Amino acid sequence: MNSGTPSSSAAGAGSADSTAPRRNSKRPKYSRFTQQELPACKPILTPKWVIGTFLLVSVIFIPIGVVSLFASRDVVEIVDRYETDCIPEALRNDKVGFIQSNQNKTCQRTLRVPKNMKQPIYVYYQLDNFYQNHRRYVKSRSDQQLRNNGSLQDTSPCKPEDNTASGPIVPCGLIAWSLFNDTYGFTRNNQQLNVNKRDISWKSDREHKFGKNVFPRNFQNGTLKGGATLKPDVPLSEQEDLIVWMRTAALPTFRKLYGKIEVDLQRDDVINVTLENNYNTYSFSGKKKLVLSTTSWLGGKNDFVGIAYLTVGGLCFFLALVFLLIYLIKPRQLGDPSYLSWNRNPSGH
Amino acid sequence: MKEKKKHKLKWSKLYTFSCLRPGADDQSSAPVADRLLGQPGFSRVVFCNESRLHRSKPYKYSSNYVSTTKYNVATFVPIALFEQFRRVANLYFLLAAILSLTPLAAFNRVSVVAPLVFVIGISMVKEAVEDWHRFLQDRKVNSRKVLVHAGEGLFVQKSWENLGVGDVVKVSKNEYFPSDLLLLSSSYEDGLCYVETMNLDGETNLKAKRSLESTLSLDEEASFRDFRATIRCEDPNPSLYTFVGNLILNEETHSLTTAQILLRDSKLRNTEFAYGAVIFSGGDTKAVRNSTRSPSKRSRVERTMDRVIYLLFGVMVFISLVTAVGSAVFTMRSDVERWYLRLHGGDDELFDPDRAVLSGFLQFVKALMLYGYLIPISLYVSIEVVKVLQAMMINNDLAMYDEATGKAVEARTSNLNEELGQVEMILSDKTGTLTCNQMEFRKCSIEGISFGGEVTEVDLAASRRMNIDVERHRFSLDGASDSTARSVEMFDLFTADGSTEKEGLSGGGGGGGGKGRDSRVSVSEKERGVKGFNFRDGRLMDKMWIYRSNVGEMVMFFRVMALCHTGIPVEGEAGYEAESPEEVAFLVAAREFGFRFCQRTQSAMVVEEVDPMSGVEVMREYKLLNLLEFNSSRKRMSVIVRNEDGEIFLFCKGADEVIFDRLSDGGRTYQQATVMHLSNYAEDGLRTMVFSYRRVGASEYEKWSGVFAKAKAAVGPERDELLESASDMIERDLILLGAVAVEDKLQRGVPECIDKLAQAGLKIWLLTGDKKETAVNIGFACSLLRHDMEQLHLSTSNEVRMKAKDAKEEIMIQLQRFNQLFIEEDIGEKSPFALVVDGKALELCLNTNLSEKFLSVAMNCDVVICCRVSPKQKASITRRVKEYSGKTILAIGDGANDVGMIQEADIGVGISGMEGMQAVMASDFSLPEFRFLERLLIIHGQWCYRRISKMILYFVYKNVAFGLTLFYYNVFTGFSGQEFYDDWYMVMFNVLLTSLPVVALGVLEQDVSSDVCIKFPALYKHGQQNTCFSWKRILGWISNAILTSLILFTLPISILSPSALDRRGSPADATHLGAATYTCAIWAVNCQIALITSHFTWISHFLTWGSILSWYAFLSLYSSAYSDAAAYKVFTDQIGAAPVYWLATPLVVAAALMPYFVHLAVRRSFYPADEDVIREMERTERDAVGDSVVWEREQERSKRETQVGYSARVEAKIRHLKEQLQKKRKSFILSVTNSRQ
Repeated sequence: MNSGTPSSSAAGAGSADSTAPRRNSKRPKYSRFTQQELPACKPILTPKWVIGTFLLVSVIFIPIGVVSLFASRDVVEIVDRYETDCIPEALRNDKVGFIQSNQNKTCQRTLRVPKNMKQPIYVYYQLDNFYQNHRRYVKSRSDQQLRNNGSLQDTSPCKPEDNTASGPIVPCGLIAWSLFNDTYGFTRNNQQLNVNKRDISWKSDREHKFGKNVFPRNFQNGTLKGGATLKPDVPLSEQEDLIVWMRTAALPTFRKLYGKIEVDLQRDDVINVTLENNYNTYSFSGKKKLVLSTTSWLGGKNDFVGIAYLTVGGLCFFLALVFLLIYLIKPRQLGDPSYLSWNRNPSGH
Repeated sequence: MKEKKKHKLKWSKLYTFSCLRPGADDQSSAPVADRLLGQPGFSRVVFCNESRLHRSKPYKYSSNYVSTTKYNVATFVPIALFEQFRRVANLYFLLAAILSLTPLAAFNRVSVVAPLVFVIGISMVKEAVEDWHRFLQDRKVNSRKVLVHAGEGLFVQKSWENLGVGDVVKVSKNEYFPSDLLLLSSSYEDGLCYVETMNLDGETNLKAKRSLESTLSLDEEASFRDFRATIRCEDPNPSLYTFVGNLILNEETHSLTTAQILLRDSKLRNTEFAYGAVIFSGGDTKAVRNSTRSPSKRSRVERTMDRVIYLLFGVMVFISLVTAVGSAVFTMRSDVERWYLRLHGGDDELFDPDRAVLSGFLQFVKALMLYGYLIPISLYVSIEVVKVLQAMMINNDLAMYDEATGKAVEARTSNLNEELGQVEMILSDKTGTLTCNQMEFRKCSIEGISFGGEVTEVDLAASRRMNIDVERHRFSLDGASDSTARSVEMFDLFTADGSTEKEGLSGGGGGGGGKGRDSRVSVSEKERGVKGFNFRDGRLMDKMWIYRSNVGEMVMFFRVMALCHTGIPVEGEAGYEAESPEEVAFLVAAREFGFRFCQRTQSAMVVEEVDPMSGVEVMREYKLLNLLEFNSSRKRMSVIVRNEDGEIFLFCKGADEVIFDRLSDGGRTYQQATVMHLSNYAEDGLRTMVFSYRRVGASEYEKWSGVFAKAKAAVGPERDELLESASDMIERDLILLGAVAVEDKLQRGVPECIDKLAQAGLKIWLLTGDKKETAVNIGFACSLLRHDMEQLHLSTSNEVRMKAKDAKEEIMIQLQRFNQLFIEEDIGEKSPFALVVDGKALELCLNTNLSEKFLSVAMNCDVVICCRVSPKQKASITRRVKEYSGKTILAIGDGANDVGMIQEADIGVGISGMEGMQAVMASDFSLPEFRFLERLLIIHGQWCYRRISKMILYFVYKNVAFGLTLFYYNVFTGFSGQEFYDDWYMVMFNVLLTSLPVVALGVLEQDVSSDVCIKFPALYKHGQQNTCFSWKRILGWISNAILTSLILFTLPISILSPSALDRRGSPADATHLGAATYTCAIWAVNCQIALITSHFTWISHFLTWGSILSWYAFLSLYSSAYSDAAAYKVFTDQIGAAPVYWLATPLVVAAALMPYFVHLAVRRSFYPADEDVIREMERTERDAVGDSVVWEREQERSKRETQVGYSARVEAKIRHLKEQLQKKRKSFILSVTNSRQ
């Protein structure tokens, strides 16, 4: 194992004079590491430290919690659940039938702005019970094909949405095929509110993952129609709805960015939404929501961060008090020998 | 000239009755041999001096090459691989690796296969290196040279391995026999030779072997030219003490006994050379047959770890099942509903609603791989690495380096490091392990005056301790009441008394005695005097004895010493050679006192004596008339000599009770004093012998010698009786001269080491091949025994050769009696017991249904000493004790006879001291000396145990905490087997990001410092009781891990989802969430290890914090360099820029660590562990100097109540003294009150 061992057996066999120098070489060399004498700090968890740690955590966490909560409160969020309301009442007992039919699916919604909203106002759609994270779904895409014009045929992971009779599908795969296709139009006081659909995806995706010279082909041409269609003359790198959709969500409930309204909205403004309710979430009873939200430094409306910080901070403060009480009521002197096992339980050892 | 004379000496005539008694043995074995030979099992035929006949069948026997290796070149790979995959975990990893090559793979292939190859590779390399060392060792042994008859009376050197059956070899003094030989002749005319069988059975005294009369003539090389003979004998077997065979020489059949057989691994001693014919070679020899293959050992912790792995495996199978069922159900139910998954196509077997069972099964297999993080292969890698590093630390410990021999401790296997911290029993060999196999003359008592120091160490320590007690009393009771003050005075008074008394006894010695007593071992170390003589007393040394009044008796005493023995003067360090080392010590002592025994001839002994009148040395020749030899039943030895003046003396030495029975009425003057001295000596563990003499009148001698000659001439069974009664006639009416005490010299530091080990709660058993008296002596010398112990002797009676059944009965009765004693003792006050068993009784105890009973008795005793045990017995008792008690057993020994025991024990330790490598080769650890065992066990063992336990627990924690998040995530993905994290993150988790701090923990952690380990041996019990790796702890840690995993999963998900990640409005998606959760996991597990580390060196700091930083480094590199990855720009552009990501980390880490931290704080305030308190004490100690009273008191208190060891003896002595004091005080008070009245 180490070099010393073979020499020892050799030394045993060798003559007496050859053993002498070898002897010394067997002597372990001194170093603080090998003698396990490295200087070390040996923290002891004294009451001071325990209470101090809890206090410190609470002192840091509670203000963070408060600040976060304030940030979250600053965010104005309008959520409108529409998947049921947008089906004519008569047809509500066969929602799937309705959504799969060719009837007019336009639907009018009215939103009231509860507070002033500073632009940009982000428009999201939120789906529920939609397993974008299902392994079969997640894998069903071809990054090569999306990026390179030359990799059209690279559709192997895309089954069953890979090829049509007229050639490979671009973009292939289930994700692209099931692209969300509800659309929203906004008016305020009969005035059109522009929805900016540029820059809603990550820049890195536009630049590196979706090719500038890759154009949709054979998309939604198969026997089964999925979701939205794509404009065949726009390169994928500019199809931002697709890019957003292709970033699969982590959980079955997720929001995706639809666009930005780049005007301030005033409190009590009434916004009319003209939406086309095309996307089938009815077969799996998924909810659909339209969300308008501003952001803060913390992102969207997110009370959880603040509450969690306050909870943990508060808990720590509480524990600090508890331990303070414990040490006041039943103090244990540091290094009190009576706690040693042989003193506590002299017979049992 | 001198040489020749020595050879002329006929030893058989020196011994008036030989210990070999060839006649009786021959007669009894001959018919047996005739009956058995030729039968199955007794079919071997050897043609002496015709080894070529043995080159072909049917007489082709195994060659003399001995191999102890496990593998050879061809078998290594298959066998070693097989060994590796016998570990269930490895098999699982192999399956995972195979599956990773199929499309079911959950991860990329390299990340599964590479660690497996690494682990198996390391283990196999280790095996190969170990086997290579074995091979080198074999080669060394096999290439030893021996002189072999090559024909025409010529002897040439051949290596051992080339020796064949039938070869005639010539072995010289102090050489080992290369195989089992038939002794043909020796340098002595009567074919006698002496062998040392220490390697075989551990017995230290020499054994005499004697050739047949008929082969005596073959005493020179040329005489073998035409020698032909045939041996018919038993087949190879492991029995060392039997041999059945015949020698057919010149058509005459002579029966052979063990007296003619020289066994391999024993050594020729006191004999210039011996000729022998090879009967058994190589693997057929009895020594090799007695050896067993070394089993591979696994530590207790590792076995528990296996069970933990099974548990985790169970958890894994369970969650995989949940996943599989969940996936199948999800697939079936989503067939139509979840149209976006397009499940009904049937293009993916994993998600086929029409074949749900198959899909479920495939999902199950896949999930087993996905959740493989619960059973980390890296655990095995890390443990291997840590253990090798730990072994390196042990090997490099300077405190365990022996300067004298230039040898260091060597951990020969790193598998058992942590087992060193859990040892409960030590089975120790005696010779070479505890003792150096050197006798030293220590004390003597002449005419009732003891020389060489009187006060024992124990007395000294006791009085010292009493004084400490007194001081402490004073300290704590400052200004206390009168009565206590008086009692304190009484203490003083008494101790003062004691010391003056002692001074009185040892006084007059000019301080010589005082010096000598201080440390029995170190004296000889400091002033390296004469070997075998460690005696300091100015009253006797440098011929000072001639000024004493009783100089006549003194002279007689020294003459007994110089004449009553079987030794011969030789050149060399000691100057003498004799049958036992004791006799050498006597001769050396006599020389030092001025009686140099310088020549022995057939009938005379020459001694150079100091004449007490003139103080000048004169040569005196004594005519040796008779020598009445020592044997175990006589327990005495006498010589009858006639001096130059024609006076006839009988000098007799022997065991005390035998001599005291034979004293004349006038010779008992000093008996009382001598008895007292003898008991003192014996308590110190010295071996004692009583000297006496008588004058024999010329006419009486004439009469007696006639009787004796007649007895000697007698044949048949009555010969012994006649001799016995003849010697009895003359050995009577003796005059007591005094007693001598020799020390079987202990190795350095042995009593101290045993003391510490006993305090640490270890039980120590002594297993020795030596005789009972010697073993008991050493028991006393090591403080294993003391006089107020009840010694239980378990033995079969010697007198009758009993049938096995009767003997069993006898043992049974004895065992029942002992059990009765225990019950009685339980009611009353417990007094310590010691069990002394001899080999025969042990054989009966172990191999019959008595074993349970015997072991329960043995376990009840504080000390067990087994004497006259064979190597096989040593091994079998080790196995039995291990099985019966379920305790961790360490066996320590130095010789080949300890190999079985070393292999059988949970840990085998070999002493690499004097000679012979067999024990070391078989051992798991080798030590230069016994005393290093203390440090090896109490410091390194404890450390390794605590480290490995902590390490495994932490490993389980981190992998469960991490692995379960994968499962939780799958619940949210429809059980589809989707990974939460990027492939590369997962690979990095165990490879780089969390593995190094845990290795540092395993190598550097010291929750108790070495200093504390030594000062508080009681801490060792934590290992014995397995508190650091109990199921309570394991389950506790698993619960903690589950808690952490829940926090790790739920918090980041709730924080990051579903609203916008930052000001830019985009919400977090799967890659963001994965990266953020992973960040929290890295922080949490690395901070957790910081919480459990109690000894932060810069290395631990560097690795812990470095691991966290390296995650960020890795992430920023990975996410910026590799545009293919899903995680491209995740850190640099996306979550890295989101404040909520940075806010999530401290929150999750604080929440994840809080449960453990609260647990820690509660434990510290209510039930602090010993090591916590001691560390606090250390800390406060540093702050408030002078508080060491507490420190010392706790050290005192921590000691386990033990009956064994030096301190226990001191303790017992103090108790005794205190009792006496109490009595004194009572009588004092009584007298005071009486006088008042």
